[in-house]
Amino acid sequence: MDQLSSPSTETLTAEALAAELGEADTIGSKLHRLASENKLAVVSMAVIVFIALAAVFAPLLTPYGFAEQDLAVRLQNPSAAHWLGTDELGRDELTRLLYGARVSLLVGVVPTIVSMLLGAILGLIAGFCGGWTDTVIMRVADVMLAFPSLLLALVIMYILGRRHREHLSLHSPYIDWAGVARVVRSQTLSLRESQYVEAANSIGVKKLTIIFRHIFPNCVPSLIVLFTLNIPGAILSESSMSFLGIGVQPPGCSWGLMADTGRTYLTSHPMLSLAPSVAIMLVVLAFNFLGDGLRDVLDPYMNRR
Amino acid sequence: MFRNIAKRVLQTIPILLGVALLIFLMLRIIPGNVATTLMGEHVNQESVKRLTAELGLDQPVYVQFLKYIFGAARGDFGTSYYLNRSVKNLLTIAFPYTVKLALAAAMVAWTIGITAGIFAAVRKNGILDHLFMGFSLLGISMPVFMVAMILQYFLAFRLQALPLEGAVGFRSYIIPAIALGWNSAGSIARMTRSSLLETLQEDYIDTAAAKGRGRVGIITAHALRNALLPVVTMMALQISSLLSGAVITETIFSIPGIGRLAVQAISNRDIPLLQGTVLFTTVIVIAGNLLADCLYAVLDPRIREAK
Repeated sequence: MDQLSSPSTETLTAEALAAELGEADTIGSKLHRLASENKLAVVSMAVIVFIALAAVFAPLLTPYGFAEQDLAVRLQNPSAAHWLGTDELGRDELTRLLYGARVSLLVGVVPTIVSMLLGAILGLIAGFCGGWTDTVIMRVADVMLAFPSLLLALVIMYILGRRHREHLSLHSPYIDWAGVARVVRSQTLSLRESQYVEAANSIGVKKLTIIFRHIFPNCVPSLIVLFTLNIPGAILSESSMSFLGIGVQPPGCSWGLMADTGRTYLTSHPMLSLAPSVAIMLVVLAFNFLGDGLRDVLDPYMNRR
Repeated sequence: MFRNIAKRVLQTIPILLGVALLIFLMLRIIPGNVATTLMGEHVNQESVKRLTAELGLDQPVYVQFLKYIFGAARGDFGTSYYLNRSVKNLLTIAFPYTVKLALAAAMVAWTIGITAGIFAAVRKNGILDHLFMGFSLLGISMPVFMVAMILQYFLAFRLQALPLEGAVGFRSYIIPAIALGWNSAGSIARMTRSSLLETLQEDYIDTAAAKGRGRVGIITAHALRNALLPVVTMMALQISSLLSGAVITETIFSIPGIGRLAVQAISNRDIPLLQGTVLFTTVIVIAGNLLADCLYAVLDPRIREAK
C-alpha cells in the first residue's frame, strides 16, 4: 500500500513545486496574467483590434471610395463632411486612412507569419541536425543579417518591378527569417540536450516527431513574442518604401504613400502628411507595448538577455 | 584577444563573398534583356547584340561574377548605365555627404540618448524617468519621415531658423541629423538606463558608498565606466546602421549621399550603380559590426583576457 501511494505523493509534490515556481503556467494562464497585470498591453491590444476592425469595415464606415476624386473640394480643411479634410485630388483623407490601414496591417502581419514559419523550420533543422546542415543554414542567415534591411528591401522591390509592387509583402520574409532562425536554433540546441528528448530518442521516436512534437512547442512562446515585435519593423519598412515611391503605387493607398504625397502640401495642409504618420506611429507603438508585455509573461529569459 | 579579433576578421570574408554573390544573382534574375531595357523595344537586334557584348552580358554568369568580384576588390564597381560615369567615382562623391550626416546624427543620438538614460536611471520611477522613457519609446516608434516633416514644419517653415533642405554648410545638417538620430537616441537611452540600473546593484557600488563616496562620484567614477560598455558597442553598431539607414533622410532633405544614389539607381533601373551602392553600404555595415566586436574586446577586460 505504501509502495502504491508513494509515487502519487511524489507527483503531487512535484506539481505543487512546479506551480510554486510558475512552471506549470500554460500560455493561456500567462496571457490571463498579462491581461490583469499589464494595462498598457491591454490598451495596445484594444487599439490594434480597433484599427483592424476599422480597416476591415471601412466601406461601411465611410460614404466615400478611397480613389474617389472630387476636384471641387480639393485641399479642404477638416469639416463635418470630411473629418480630416481632403487631399490634392479631393479624396477624403479619413477614407484613405481607413483603407491604408489594410495595407499596413496586412504587410505587417502576413509576411511576419511567413518569416516566422520559415525561420522556425530552418532554426529547428539547424539546431537539431547540427554539423554541415547547421553551418550552411546559419552562414546563409549571417549573410542575410549583414544586409542593411531597407536597401535589401529596395533591391527586392526592384526585382519585382513596378507592375508587381502590390506584392509588397513578399520582401519581408526574405530578410526577417534569419533573426527568427537564430533564436529558434539556440533554443533547439539547449532543448536537444534535455532529458525528455533523450528519453524520446532512446525509445526510437522519429526525428521529425521529436522536432515538431517535443521541441517546437517549447519554442512557441518566444515565437509569439518575436512575431509581435517584428510586425512594427515590417510596417515601418513598408511605409518607408511607399514614402520613397518604391512601394504601393497610386491610385492604391498606403499610409507611407499618403505621407509622401501630402509632403508637397506640408506648409499649407500639414494634416495630409501628419495624419498617416501619426497612424503609423500609433500602430507601431501599440505593437511595441504589446510585444514588451508578452515578453514579460511568456519569455522572461529573453527579457533578461 | 588578438587571436579572437583575427578569427572574427577571417569570419567576415565568407560573409562578404556571400553578400556579393547574393546581390549579383538577385540582380540577374530580373526577367528581360538589360540591353533592350536600356535601348527601348524598337531597336534592331544587331544594336541590342552589340550593347549586350559591350556590357559583357553575353559571357557565362560565373565569368561575369568573377570579373565583378575581382573588380570590386580593387574598388571598380563598373560604369553606371544611366549616368555613364564610373560607380566608384559616384560613390566617392556621395560618401562624404552620407558620412557627415551619419556622424552628425550619431552625435545627436549619443548626446541625447546617454544624458536621458543617465537621468532616467538616477531618478528611477520618477517624473524624469517616465518622461524620458516615454520619449525614447516615441523615438523608436516614429517613422524617420515623420520626425523629419515635423522638424521641417516647425524649425524651417514656422520659425525659419534653419534651411528646409540641401547640404550646404553646418546649419543644413541640423534638422536631418536630429531626424535620423532621433530613433537611435531612443534605443541608446533605454540601453543606458537598464545598464546603469543593473550596475548600480553591484556590490562594489555599495562598497564605494560605504567608503563615503557621494552619489554623483559613485555614478560618474564607478558606475558609468562599466554601465557604458554595452552602450559603446551599441554606438559602434549604430554608426553603420546610420550610414545605411540614411536613405529616407537624404531623399527628404535632398542630400546627395549614397542612399539617394541607391534610390536614383532603382528609379533609373541602373544595375551597376544599385549593385555598387548596396555592396559598398553592406561592406560598411559588416566593418561596423566588426569594429563593435573588437571595441568590446578592447574595453572589457573579461573578454580581453580570455584565451
